[in-house]
Amino acid sequence: MKATGNFDKVKDVDPMQVLTAETRAHIDHWTAKFPPDRKRSALIQGLMAAQEQNGGHLTDALMAATAKYLGQPPLYAYEVATFYSMFETRLVGRHNVAVCTNISCWLNGADGIVQHCEKKLGVKLGESTADGRVYLKKEEECLAACCGAPMMVVDGHYHEKLTPEKVDAILDALK
Amino acid sequence: MSAQPKDTAPPVEMVEFEVDGHPVSAPKGSMIIQATDAAKIPVPRFCYHEKLPIAANCRQCMVEVEMGGKLVPKPQPACATPIAPGMKVFTRSPNAMKWQRNTMEFLLINHPLDCPICDQGGECELQDISMGYGRSVTRFTERKRTVTDENIGPLVATEMTRCIHCTRCVRFVGEIAGTYEMGDMSRGDSHVIGTYIGRTIESELSGNVIDVCPVGALTDKVFQFKARAWELIAKPSIGYHDALGSNLWLHTKRGQALRAVPRDNEAINECWLSDRDRYSHQGLYADDRAEKPLIRKGGELVEVGWDEAIAFVADGLKKAGSDIGALVAPMTSCEEGALLAQLVRGLGSDRIDHRLRVQDFSDGGPSGATFEMSVEDVARVSAALIIGSNVRHEMPLLNHRLRHASRHDASKHPASNPAHYDISEVHGAKIFAINPVRFEYNFELAGEKVFAPQDFVDAMLCTAKAAGVQGDDRALAEAIAAADDKEDARQWVAALRDAPSSVVVVGDAVTQHPQASWLRVLARAIAEATNSAYNELPSGANAVGLARVGAQSSSGAKAIFDHAPKALITWQTGSQDASVPAAYDKARENAEFYVYAGAFACDGVKRTADAVLPLGLPPEIDGTWVNVDGIVQALAAGSALPGEARPGWKVLRALGAALGVAGFDFVDLKDVHARIAGDLSGQGTGDRGPGQRLPARTTAPEGVLARVATVGIYRTDAVVRRAKALQAHPLNRAPALRICADDARALGLLGGVKADVDGVTLPVVIDAAVPKGCAWIEAGFAATAALPPHGAALSIKAVTA
Repeated sequence: MKATGNFDKVKDVDPMQVLTAETRAHIDHWTAKFPPDRKRSALIQGLMAAQEQNGGHLTDALMAATAKYLGQPPLYAYEVATFYSMFETRLVGRHNVAVCTNISCWLNGADGIVQHCEKKLGVKLGESTADGRVYLKKEEECLAACCGAPMMVVDGHYHEKLTPEKVDAILDALK
Repeated sequence: MSAQPKDTAPPVEMVEFEVDGHPVSAPKGSMIIQATDAAKIPVPRFCYHEKLPIAANCRQCMVEVEMGGKLVPKPQPACATPIAPGMKVFTRSPNAMKWQRNTMEFLLINHPLDCPICDQGGECELQDISMGYGRSVTRFTERKRTVTDENIGPLVATEMTRCIHCTRCVRFVGEIAGTYEMGDMSRGDSHVIGTYIGRTIESELSGNVIDVCPVGALTDKVFQFKARAWELIAKPSIGYHDALGSNLWLHTKRGQALRAVPRDNEAINECWLSDRDRYSHQGLYADDRAEKPLIRKGGELVEVGWDEAIAFVADGLKKAGSDIGALVAPMTSCEEGALLAQLVRGLGSDRIDHRLRVQDFSDGGPSGATFEMSVEDVARVSAALIIGSNVRHEMPLLNHRLRHASRHDASKHPASNPAHYDISEVHGAKIFAINPVRFEYNFELAGEKVFAPQDFVDAMLCTAKAAGVQGDDRALAEAIAAADDKEDARQWVAALRDAPSSVVVVGDAVTQHPQASWLRVLARAIAEATNSAYNELPSGANAVGLARVGAQSSSGAKAIFDHAPKALITWQTGSQDASVPAAYDKARENAEFYVYAGAFACDGVKRTADAVLPLGLPPEIDGTWVNVDGIVQALAAGSALPGEARPGWKVLRALGAALGVAGFDFVDLKDVHARIAGDLSGQGTGDRGPGQRLPARTTAPEGVLARVATVGIYRTDAVVRRAKALQAHPLNRAPALRICADDARALGLLGGVKADVDGVTLPVVIDAAVPKGCAWIEAGFAATAALPPHGAALSIKAVTA
């Protein structure tokens, strides 16, 4: 991984400016669930809120702001954001489409679903459409919905027992 | 004495168990590896480090464990498995060896086989342990991954492809340095160690990541590709840029100092070294290093032999009679200080001093007393009050002890693993600070007050009143009585008084203050009234030793600056070492005969000196230094002297003999050492009697900004100022006028204009750390040499382009 080189841009970031009132309220809600000296625990939810505020991806400034808001070194936020696959640290399409390709879905034709999506959207896995509408997530592992395989998650909503037609309908409905 | 920490820790309970058939006993709560290390039983490891929190992520220290007569079925990491009574540990059983060998193979999967071009080669833990515990043949034929490097600054070189993710550097930068600049990013085979946003490591201890790194991922950038480990000769030496006297090994090749690495000493620097001590060796080889004696003949400096130079200098000094003075660098060894003092006094003068940054000598100046609480004990205090000190810059490893105290509860068992506390919470000592500007500490302060220099005495009077200090001097008693009664001051004082052990740390902003005598008296009284130890930071490496051998006088360096002597000797000093560089320059210009004895013949020296005597610097000479705790450290020369430079004591020996001063007939440094040995073990000359009168208090005129002139971390002395890598480090900030937004607005300094400060043009930085009423301009730069000292009023106006 290459360093982003944004240190100068984010070192003095002001969380009260960068994070919206809604995001901050969400973080406060989660901070209250942990002991007062364990604010670090609220980082994941804080980053989720920041990502949502920004339309599906995190910027260096947002990560730094979230960490600062929680009184943590910005680095802690970078570690969490780069570790979990539910955080995007680069610009991606506003709708997050993640097709499960783990064992159950794979046996039930997930490969075909992926190919269908790629063809329909004109992008490869891990890419976003040129209009910034859809991001086809690079790799998604088991999401614990094997009974409905093949499945995919679109913006956090599960869609099971997929067929190309069903996928068409779901993707077309994304604005 | 009440200031000493009371031993409140419960007696340590020992646990008996067995390692490889041998009975071993260790304190309860220890990990297996701590016990085996103490018993000198080797267990391979990468991530475990005795001074860092336990991570257990390299899995190299796997051992086999038997409990209650049954083997634990899975491998146990020795670094994270607590010992238990009756436990049997096998470090060399067939299973343990198999696990260790397999972990080794796993760690080597992505490690490049580039040892021939790796700087760590020959001193690499990975090489050693793979030799001892790994397979002899690789079975891995797949592609290895590569990792993009980051530039983390001028001191540490990175080659992250070699990283094995032990996270020692991450834990060091977080837990010890306290800057949280490195972390592990991503996961799986994308997992990398880095800063993510591409920043320089801005810690004053950053070089230690090189030592803790078990592989060649983080190496010394200054030393890069200079030599192989086996070509180097390690000479014991010490750091000479602060009075801690950190122990280090000077690694030399053909006499040239190529790098410095820490030499373990629990009482002084543990296993760490500040960057200033680690990288200053670069300054030894600066371009302007004086290598030949020079004397002024017909207005020109010409190279001469030593005999001629000594005769010339002796002649010049003789002409001046008793009107001579000597300014000594505080890093000078005790022997040289003693000899120089003897020379100056033998010629009938008392004007010798090393306290060049002190303005107020009305109480005799800083006494050169040692710390009342040892550096090691500072790590176990429960409360501390910092007065006027950016400890992190003045003495980085003392700051590390304070940070340790602030994060760890001293009453807990020492073997307990320091967990990853949330950094926003204070768990250990309550540390308070009264400073002229808001210094950036790497620990959480329990309370902080900033006062411009002109308000500093009032602030201290306030604290003294809260502490119930009476004051044995009438002026003092009256001033305390007139001080404000502040609730928070009472709380601070109560916290100090109620702590089982507490310390008052007094630093540079007090030493340099124009009313330092008041501040010192008050700080000492506050320490006494709160049962705290009084630790005044000496300014300079050997300030304590030089005070003990009498290389100072009660009138101080001020006497020399105010009335330039006819003949002036400066010993290893430069104008930047003085609080008022202009006064230093004036003194050497006004002296009829000026001798520069030192290591660097810079332009100022060449312009003004009548004679230049090239001397060896502390790593190049035999000598003795005394640290803040009074630990006397006698050391032999480490690296070779450049050119015809000589150790100062030999020069003084020749000079003393040429001048016919008594006591210069010794043949060996040992004779000098024997002569001063009694002084060195003593408590110094500086203790003042109770009848000391305080000078009248001065009040600053209203509406004028006073200068705060702390010394930049890498501008402290002539050697550091010439160490290129340190100079390129971001902690070494460019000279600037730092001012709060309100004052800047009032002076019209907003909007990117430059400021004219007493005729010097400086860039303006709006800094929230600076209180109203003062301007923070760091000292030690050529650009700020013409400015008045700490606490003096400045006249500032905007520069109209």
